[in-house]
Amino acid sequence: MTRVFVSKDMASVALGADDVAEAFARAGCEVVRTGSYGLFAIEPLAEVETAEGRVAYGPIGPEDVAAVLDGSHPARIGAIADHPFFSNQQRFTFARCGVTDPLSLADYAAHGGWKGLEAAHALPPQAVVDAVKASGLRGRGGAGFPTGIKWQTVLDAAADEKFIICNADEGDSGTFADRMLMEGDPYCLIEGMAIAGHAVGASHGYIYIRSEYPFAIEAMRAAIRRAAGRIAPFTLEVRVGAGSYVCGEETALLESIEGLRGEVRAKPPLPAIEGLWGRPTVINNVLSLAAVPFILSEGAQAYANVGFGHSRGTIPVQIAGNVKYGGLHEIGFGVTLGELVHQIGGGTASGRPVRAVQVGGPLGAYFPPAMFHLPFDYEAFAAAGGLIGHAGITVFDDTADMARLARFAMEFCAAESCGKCTPCRIGSTRGVELIDRIVSKAPRAAGAAETLPQLRNARTAARTHEEEIELLRDLCETMKHGSLCALGGFAPYPVLSALDHFPEDFGGAETLTEAAE
Amino acid sequence: MPQRDSKEKSALADPMTDLSEIQAVIDGTVHATTRGALLPLLHELQEAFGFIAPAAVPLIAGALNLSRAEVHGVISFYPDFRTEPPARHVVKLCRAESCQARGGAAIEAALAHRLGVAMGHARKDGQVALEPVYCLGLCAIGPNALVDGRPVARIDGEAAARIASEVEA
Ligand SMILES: Cc1cc2nc3c(=O)[nH]c(=O)nc-3n(C[C@H](O)[C@H](O)[C@H](O)COP(=O)(O)O)c2cc1C
Ligand code: SF4
Ligand code: FES
Repeated sequence: MTRVFVSKDMASVALGADDVAEAFARAGCEVVRTGSYGLFAIEPLAEVETAEGRVAYGPIGPEDVAAVLDGSHPARIGAIADHPFFSNQQRFTFARCGVTDPLSLADYAAHGGWKGLEAAHALPPQAVVDAVKASGLRGRGGAGFPTGIKWQTVLDAAADEKFIICNADEGDSGTFADRMLMEGDPYCLIEGMAIAGHAVGASHGYIYIRSEYPFAIEAMRAAIRRAAGRIAPFTLEVRVGAGSYVCGEETALLESIEGLRGEVRAKPPLPAIEGLWGRPTVINNVLSLAAVPFILSEGAQAYANVGFGHSRGTIPVQIAGNVKYGGLHEIGFGVTLGELVHQIGGGTASGRPVRAVQVGGPLGAYFPPAMFHLPFDYEAFAAAGGLIGHAGITVFDDTADMARLARFAMEFCAAESCGKCTPCRIGSTRGVELIDRIVSKAPRAAGAAETLPQLRNARTAARTHEEEIELLRDLCETMKHGSLCALGGFAPYPVLSALDHFPEDFGGAETLTEAAE
Repeated sequence: MPQRDSKEKSALADPMTDLSEIQAVIDGTVHATTRGALLPLLHELQEAFGFIAPAAVPLIAGALNLSRAEVHGVISFYPDFRTEPPARHVVKLCRAESCQARGGAAIEAALAHRLGVAMGHARKDGQVALEPVYCLGLCAIGPNALVDGRPVARIDGEAAARIASEVEA
């Protein structure tokens, strides 16, 4: 019986992979459902097992099955590893994703699974923490905090109970790496969490997954059941979010698991010292934890050898939005924004010129093509007034209205604000109103109260356009410096970068940006 | 309030049955989850009944030793939880940036027009609701939606028409 591999990743299914899998089964093939390799332009994708290895075809539909099976189909790709989108990737974390049956323990073990956990169990906890430190791994959830140092804090904290929490709330637009890993290689995350448990002395872990990811929730639950014996006495449990973006913030996430409103806690105390139910808690992103098995099995040095500056190892970049070859591209830090958008992503899907890219989700800055020389590196992006965040890149073509996108950033912040602090809760709504006035060229005039004779010092003239822009910048500064967490604190990034790089969209006088390019 | 289908109607017609059914779900869930049971419980209730009836609040509060205000505060904080029966079909359309970059706004307008309902609302006859969602993790193949939980990608005018006819059934 011919074996055929078809992805059951949520994206593949959205593109019709279930129909393709069914058609192969009807044609008498043994169909193995895998994760996705991460290039959506070639999906639905099927790989046929042959004497020369797996031969890929895509994109295909159910009507193409006969031509694929007799090898005559024109969408023949050949070996996936030779495809230009994949040939220069460095897949440390996503090595198995797309290759294996995600829930097969035999597949996992056959492809190097559990080697990291075995290596960790042979070491004392401090040596495991030291290995993670030596790898240079930094948190992939956004802040880039060194993972080994976080683990050290938890290891050093004395307590009757400690926890490992995996942050799988992945709310940023333009990101899907956590989802793909949980669906495509769930044991890798489980292994990483079990290693963390051994390293810091925690016996129970939670994976907090957003409710928008039903496939990932199902995959993780099934994988936890099957791997329970392998990771014992460490235990794991899935908790499901409920549509709140701010619950991705680590302390709001703690509140949510505890069964409370997802309101951000003031720090200190750090979660590493007083976290879940007041106990020392490691909170890491999916990709941070999933990088750990490689570090333990291949050695910290193998991981640290790749990278750029203080950003070591690989980063699974997610290329999204209006882009021709969108998908997941795991590569060492240091690749430039331009390479990702043009060489790897192939430019826009619409065929129009690229106008802007937003890096790092809804709180990330908008960059014009003039800044495409930026290398993927935490420090380089911070210096350019932006952030890498969870490494999602959203590409926009020249039809994008940057003032509208700036308004959306404020609107999103207003909708998702937890309400704890004023600059974020109220400032974001004022920001929306202000951008509306700026765009419609209707600056605020004096109100009824200001024209009362008693208020003779109040200004009665309407603000000028420049003054409204100045006010918007001022509001952004207040939010940046006066907010408790990065939702209110970073929402100004998309707004200010849109103002700085695309002032023409805010109805001002013509500017020099274009001439400067 | 949208119309309910006959099954829900009959369940709600007898408040005693309804309350005991709610209590059964509460007993099942609170037993299984030791700590922080409120969110899992609310998900279970919504899964079982389609929404969290106001009558469930005191029962939840009693089971978890919380005040009714605490339970209400949590229900109202999280966008997922509904306190009214849902429409028969729910289309959740992504409104986030990557889908916007791929023409999401035009598709939102087309869907709203075809479904006969504004974004964020249920149609008066209770047949369909159009709800916003901020990213489904399918950001390179947008605009995307979940139609009754099934992911749909690369929605164009034709796909919007297909979705509209599908939810009339
Ligand atoms: C509003 C907001 C949303 C966040 N969402 C996420 C998220 O979805 N996933 C994530 O891993 N981190 C998210 N973070 C960052 C977390 O607070 C935290 O830094 C991270 O989970 C730590 O893990 P790491 O060190 O492995 O990156 C968010 C932060 C903020 C302020
Ligand atoms: S910045 Fe916004 S989300 Fe963060 S704590 Fe303040 S109100 Fe809450
Ligand atoms: S932005 Fe629409 S799916 Fe991510």
